[in-house]
Amino acid sequence: MRGPHDVGGLQDGPVDTEAHPLTFWEKQIDGLRAAVGAIGLVNTHENRAAVEALGHDAYNTLAYYERWTAALCRLLIDKGALTQDEIDARVALVRQRLAASGELESGMESP
Amino acid sequence: MSEEHHLHDHEHGSVHAPPQPDDKVHSYYQILGIALKELLIEKGVVSADDVRRQIERRDSITPANGARVVAKAWTDPAFRKRLLDDANGAVSELGFEMTTAKLVAIENTAGEHNVVVCTLCSCYPRDLLGLPPSWYKSRAYRARVVREPRAVLAEFGTHVPEHVVVRVHDSTADMRFLVVPERPEGTQGLGEAELAALVTRDSMIGVARASAPNR
Repeated sequence: MRGPHDVGGLQDGPVDTEAHPLTFWEKQIDGLRAAVGAIGLVNTHENRAAVEALGHDAYNTLAYYERWTAALCRLLIDKGALTQDEIDARVALVRQRLAASGELESGMESP
Repeated sequence: MSEEHHLHDHEHGSVHAPPQPDDKVHSYYQILGIALKELLIEKGVVSADDVRRQIERRDSITPANGARVVAKAWTDPAFRKRLLDDANGAVSELGFEMTTAKLVAIENTAGEHNVVVCTLCSCYPRDLLGLPPSWYKSRAYRARVVREPRAVLAEFGTHVPEHVVVRVHDSTADMRFLVVPERPEGTQGLGEAELAALVTRDSMIGVARASAPNR
């Protein structure tokens, strides 16, 4: 069975040939990924393998840099750089902060 | 909304994330990304400056770099040969370093049109051209360009005659491609800088030809 990333030769719709510039958030993730790469913590191959391991549902639902974020999270936990507990706690904190400052899309206030 | 337009929208919805506003945080993964960055900085794994410098470095690399390489290949036959033999060595002569991957330059000719994809992901000569355009990472491009390259090229407005061979090159993390487009007609008198202005990003991926000069 093909992995979710293995799409070469499959059918699909028209290509959206418009080039959409990266958002602020996407640039942040690209920069963060490059920074952990530059210190040798996570390399390109590990990132790619972790993205491919997301499974069909997550891979096909998430946007490109959302996949990178999910992969980076997994790798940082696997390598002992961060723990799931501290990530969960920080996510809750960031969510509260963004809700308070009005930067959160409505409906995102709770998990 | 016409039926045709409706279908088009539907197909897009199945292969791309739906359009989302930039101004508000709208997904769990955006929150997660912010959380990861904060934690890594607080623990001293990376600094805020490290991340900012990486973003600035990415922003500083643009297709103009690749365009200089192509323009030199058009005007300097010895450089062209070095580029086709050893692209990493040739681009470093112009001060461009490929930090991780082997770069392979492939030349479009009257009889052969080359186009580049990364079917498995998004591998691209980032160190020379910057980040890939969004469509390069899309499922539709990755899936179809190896199956029906002429049809995909036509969607970019590039119509390749039947007698011209089309070759599709599938990139990997370790090997990335630069297409050297054909030098446009009517450019005999132009210098390198004027020629470079005709070399677009899309022409170096192979989905378009180099621009025609202004007359």
